[in-house]
Amino acid sequence: MIIDMKKIGYKFQNAFTLLLLVMALMSACRKDLQPPKEEKEYLFPPRPNDPIKGIYLVNEGNMGMNKASLDFIDFEAGQYRRNIYSEANPLQVKGLGDVGNDAGVYGSKLYIVVNISNKVEVLDAKTGKRIKQIDITNCRYITFNKGKAYVSAYLGQVGNPAEPNGIVAEIDTTTLAEVKRVKVGRQPEEMAIVNDKLYVANSGGYSPNNYERTVSVIDLNSFTETKRIDVAINLHRLKADRFGDLYVTSRGDYLDINSKLFVIDTKTDQVKLQYDIAVSNLTISNDVVYFYGSEWSHHTGKMTVSYGMLDVISKKVLDKKFITDGTDNNIVIPYGIAVNPFTKEVFVTDAGNYVSPGILYCFSPEGVKKWKVTTGDIPAHFAFVYR
Amino acid sequence: MRRNNFTIKGINPCFFTFLAISWLGGIMPLNLLAQRDSVKLSRRDSLEKVNQLKEVQIRTIKITRRQTSSTPLQILSGADLEKLNSLSVADAVRFFSGVQLKDYGGIGGLKTINVRSIGTNHTAVFYDGVQLGNAQNGQVDLGKFSLDNIEEIELYNGQKSNVFQSAKSFASASSLYLKARTPSFEDGRSNRIKGVFRTGSFGLVNPSLLWQTKITDHTYSTVSAEFKKANGRYKFRSTNGAWDTTGVRTDGDVESMRLELGLNGVLRDSSKWSVKLYGYKDNHGLPGAIVANVWHFSQRQWNRNFFVQSAYEKNIGKYSLMATVKYSNDYLRYLDPNIVTTDGLLNNKYHQQELYLSLANKLKINDFWDVVWSTDYQINDMNANLYRFAYPTRNTFLNVLATQLHFERLDIQANLLSTLTYDKVKSGPASGNRNELTPTVMVSWQPFDQKEFRIRSFYKSIFRMPTFNDLYYTFYQFRVLKPEYTKQYDLGFTYIKGYEDQALTQFSIQADAYFNKVKDKIVAVPGTSQAMWSMRNLGKVEVKGLDVNMQSSWQLNKDLSLNAGLSYTYQQARDSDPASTTYNEQIPYVPLHNITFLASAAYKNFALNYSYLYTGERYDQSANIAVNYVQPFYTHDLAIHYNAMIQKRKVKVTAELNNLLNQPYEVITNYPMPGRSYRFSLTYDY
Repeated sequence: MIIDMKKIGYKFQNAFTLLLLVMALMSACRKDLQPPKEEKEYLFPPRPNDPIKGIYLVNEGNMGMNKASLDFIDFEAGQYRRNIYSEANPLQVKGLGDVGNDAGVYGSKLYIVVNISNKVEVLDAKTGKRIKQIDITNCRYITFNKGKAYVSAYLGQVGNPAEPNGIVAEIDTTTLAEVKRVKVGRQPEEMAIVNDKLYVANSGGYSPNNYERTVSVIDLNSFTETKRIDVAINLHRLKADRFGDLYVTSRGDYLDINSKLFVIDTKTDQVKLQYDIAVSNLTISNDVVYFYGSEWSHHTGKMTVSYGMLDVISKKVLDKKFITDGTDNNIVIPYGIAVNPFTKEVFVTDAGNYVSPGILYCFSPEGVKKWKVTTGDIPAHFAFVYR
Repeated sequence: MRRNNFTIKGINPCFFTFLAISWLGGIMPLNLLAQRDSVKLSRRDSLEKVNQLKEVQIRTIKITRRQTSSTPLQILSGADLEKLNSLSVADAVRFFSGVQLKDYGGIGGLKTINVRSIGTNHTAVFYDGVQLGNAQNGQVDLGKFSLDNIEEIELYNGQKSNVFQSAKSFASASSLYLKARTPSFEDGRSNRIKGVFRTGSFGLVNPSLLWQTKITDHTYSTVSAEFKKANGRYKFRSTNGAWDTTGVRTDGDVESMRLELGLNGVLRDSSKWSVKLYGYKDNHGLPGAIVANVWHFSQRQWNRNFFVQSAYEKNIGKYSLMATVKYSNDYLRYLDPNIVTTDGLLNNKYHQQELYLSLANKLKINDFWDVVWSTDYQINDMNANLYRFAYPTRNTFLNVLATQLHFERLDIQANLLSTLTYDKVKSGPASGNRNELTPTVMVSWQPFDQKEFRIRSFYKSIFRMPTFNDLYYTFYQFRVLKPEYTKQYDLGFTYIKGYEDQALTQFSIQADAYFNKVKDKIVAVPGTSQAMWSMRNLGKVEVKGLDVNMQSSWQLNKDLSLNAGLSYTYQQARDSDPASTTYNEQIPYVPLHNITFLASAAYKNFALNYSYLYTGERYDQSANIAVNYVQPFYTHDLAIHYNAMIQKRKVKVTAELNNLLNQPYEVITNYPMPGRSYRFSLTYDY
C-alpha cells in the first residue's frame, strides 16, 4: 500500500512538472501587440509661414494586405510623418483598410477613398482624426464642387449580371451622407468638373474583350448623364486645366493598342487633340502638365518609363524635364505625382516592387533631387493642405 | 534600431521555450526512470516472471527506413496517423519538421506546404506512387485529401532514397508520398468493412466507408467512399493591440464527395499489378482576406477531379521492371459576383487533362551494384474561357540514369535527370522549349560497428518549370520564363537506441543541417498598376537550416505505454538578391523557429494524444519592419480514443479538441484561423 502511494505520488509529481511546462509554453512566446506607431523623420528646415501647411500622402497597400496608410509631409515642422492614421485612430478596427485609391482635402476635411474596403474615410484635415465613414462599394476616385463630393464607383450593384455599369455618388460635405447617385459607363475612373458639368472617364476594365471608350458628361444641376464623348478604349486619368480643356488618358489594351493622351474641349465636348505618348499619371500646375508614362510590352516583357511636361497654352510637349539629375534611373515604377504650385517643387513616388515600402522624392524646379524618404507600401495619392 | 529591438525581444522568449521543451523531451524520461526503478523493486518478488517475459519482448529495436534513408525521411503511419487530430493530409503534415503549412483557414481553405523554404511549387505529392499534378498552378491542395483512406504519409527532403522508381520521383526538390490503405484481412475472412462517422464544429457531417474484398486468393478490391459537408462557420478574434474584435468567419461552406475504387493483385509469375480509379467533386465558398469593412464574401469555387492509374511490377532474374500509366481530368469553376462584365458575372472555367506514362528498369549487376534507367512521358493541356487564352499544351520527357552501390556499411546513390519540355499554344507566343540536366548524389554511412548510428548526406540540383498560370494566365503575360532552379546540400545523422530494464524502451534522433539556394525565383512584378502583374525570374533565396527530430517510447507498466516526439526547425531564409531593397532580410512567412511536440499514451482500451505546434514570429511581406510583423502562434490539440471489441467488431470512439486555449492566430495575414473546435468520431471496423 505504502509503495503504491509512493507510485501515485511520483505520478502526480510528473504530471505536475508536465503541467508546469505546458503553462510555461503557453505564456512564453507571445508578446502583446502594439498598434503601429507614427514615425517622424527630418526632411528640411521648418517653413512655418509657407502657404502650404503640408501634403498628405496615401499609400495604397498591396491588395488583400489591408495596409493602406497615411503619411504627411509637415511643412511647418519640416518633417515626414509616417503612419499617422493608426496613431490618430488607434481604435479603428482594421485601420484605414485595403487599397487607398484616392484622396482629397475639401474645406477642413480630408477624404480618403479606400477601394477594397468599400468606403470613403472622412478625417479632420488638421488632426487626422476620423469623423465618419461613408460606405460606397468599389469606390475609386473623388472630386469636389460647391459643397458636394463626387465619388466614382466601378459597379452600381454587385452580383447583378445585367448591371455592369458604374455610378457616381454625390455626397453632401456637411452631412457627410450620400445624397444621390447617377449611372455612368462601365468601371468609371477619374472625374473633373468644368462649368457645372462632371466629366467621368469610363474604362470598362472588367470586360477586356469589350472596353468602354467614352467620357460620360453629367449635368450637375439635374444630376443626369447628358452625353457620352467617344475617346478611346480603357480610359483612366481625367484632369481639367483652367481654360476648360480636359486631359484624358487611354490605357490601351496592354497588347496591340498603346496608351495615349487626348485633349477634350469642353466647349464643344469633342476630342480636339491626341498625343501618341504613354501617360499613366499626370498633374497640372501653373499651366503645365507634368506626366510620366510606364508602357508595358508583352513582346519583350519590359517596362519603359518616360517623364515629360506639356504646356497647356501652346499644347506643345516641352523639351524640359522635371527630373534632370538621373534619379529617374533609380525609380522602378513611378506611382504618384504632385507639384507645389508656389515653389514648383515636384514630388514623385516610387512603388518599387509593390510589396515593400516605397520612396517619395522631391525635386527642385530645376529637376535636381532635394530629398527622398521611405513611405508606406505603394505611395500614390497626394492631398495638399493650404494655410 | 526598431527592427533589431523587435528581433531580440522576439527570439529570447522563443529560445527559452525551446529550452523548456528540450527539457521536457530530455529530463522527463529521467524522472520517469526513477519512478520505474521503484516500481520494479516493489514488484520483483511477485511479478518477476512477468517482467522477465516482457523484457524479452522489448529488447529488439527496429532499424527502419527512417534510419537508413540517405535523404531525411519523416513518416506518419498507421496508428500514429489515426491518433493525430487530423481531418486531412494537411493537418497531419504540420507536424513534420522543416515544413511550413500555408493554411488559409477553415475546412475549405487552401492548404499547401513549403518544405525547407524552397517554395510551395517545389514539393511533389505522390498518391500510391504516382504524382498528383497540377499544370495550372503547380499546387496540390492537401486539405482536399482526406486521411480516411491513407495508411502512410512520408516526406522526403530531396527524393526518396531508392533508385528503382519513376523518373518523376527524381524530379522535385522534396516529395510527399501518400499511400492508400492496402487490403488486410483477419484470418479466415475475405471481407472487411470500416465505417466512420465524424461530426463536430463548423457544422461538420462526414461519413465514410471502406470496403475491402478478397476476390480470389491473389486479387483484392477496395472501395472507399466519403461525403463531407460543413457550413465552415467559426468565431475568430482579431486585434492589433489597441482594437480587439470578434467576428464570425462565414462563406466557407464545403460540400465534397470522394469515391475510390482499387484493384490489386499478384500474378502467377509473382508480378504485381494494381488499378485505381479516383473521383472527387466539391463545391465551396472562398472566404477572402478580412480587411477593414469587408467581412463576407460571395466568391465560390467548384472542383471536379478524376483520375485512373495503373501500375505493374515484375522481376526476371537480375532484371526488374515497373510500368505506370495515368490519365487525369480536372475541372475548376470560379465565380466572382463582385465583378460584372458585359457577359454577366465573372465565371471562369478551367479544364485540364494529363496523360502520363512511366517505365523504370533495374539491372542488378552484382551483389552490391544496381543500375536503373527510368523514362517518363507526360502531356498536359489546359482550356479556359478566358479572353485571348493561350490554350497551352506541354509535352514533358524525363529520363533518369541512376545507380546504387550498397555495401555492408555504406550506401551510395547517384542519378542524372534529363528533362525536355515543349510548349505549344493556340494564340500568342509560346514559352521556349527546355532542356535541363540535373544531378543528385546521396550517401548513407555507418561509421562504427553499431548499426544504431549512421551519417547521411545529399546534394541535389533540381528546378521547377513555370506553370501554365505563370506563363499564360493573362493575355499580356510575358512568356519567356526560365525554370526556378534550386540546389540543396544536406548533412545529418540518425541514431537509435533500445533500452532494457527501464521505462524508456527506445530513443531515436535524427538531425540534419542544410543549405538551400533558389535562383531565378518566379515572382510577380508590377505592371503599370496594381491590377496588372506579370511573372519574372527575379528572386534569389538562400536558406540555412537545421532540423532535429526526436522520438521516444516508454513502457511504464503492463498497461501503460507512452510515446513522445519532438521536432525543432531553425531556418534562416534570406533574400539573397543584392539588387533587392530587402536584401538579406528574412523572406515572408518563414519563421526562424518551429517546434512540434507530440505525445500519446495508451492505457488498456484508452488512448490519449496531445500535440503542440509552435510557429515563431514572421513577417508577412519582404520588408522586416514593424507593420509587417506577424505574431508567433502555438496550438495545443488533444484527442481521446476509446477502443472496444463488441463481438469481434472493433468499435472506436474519439473526441478531439483543437486549439485548446482558443488562441487567436493567422497563418496568412487577414485569414483568421478558428479558435477552439471539437470533433467526434465513431469508427466501426469488421
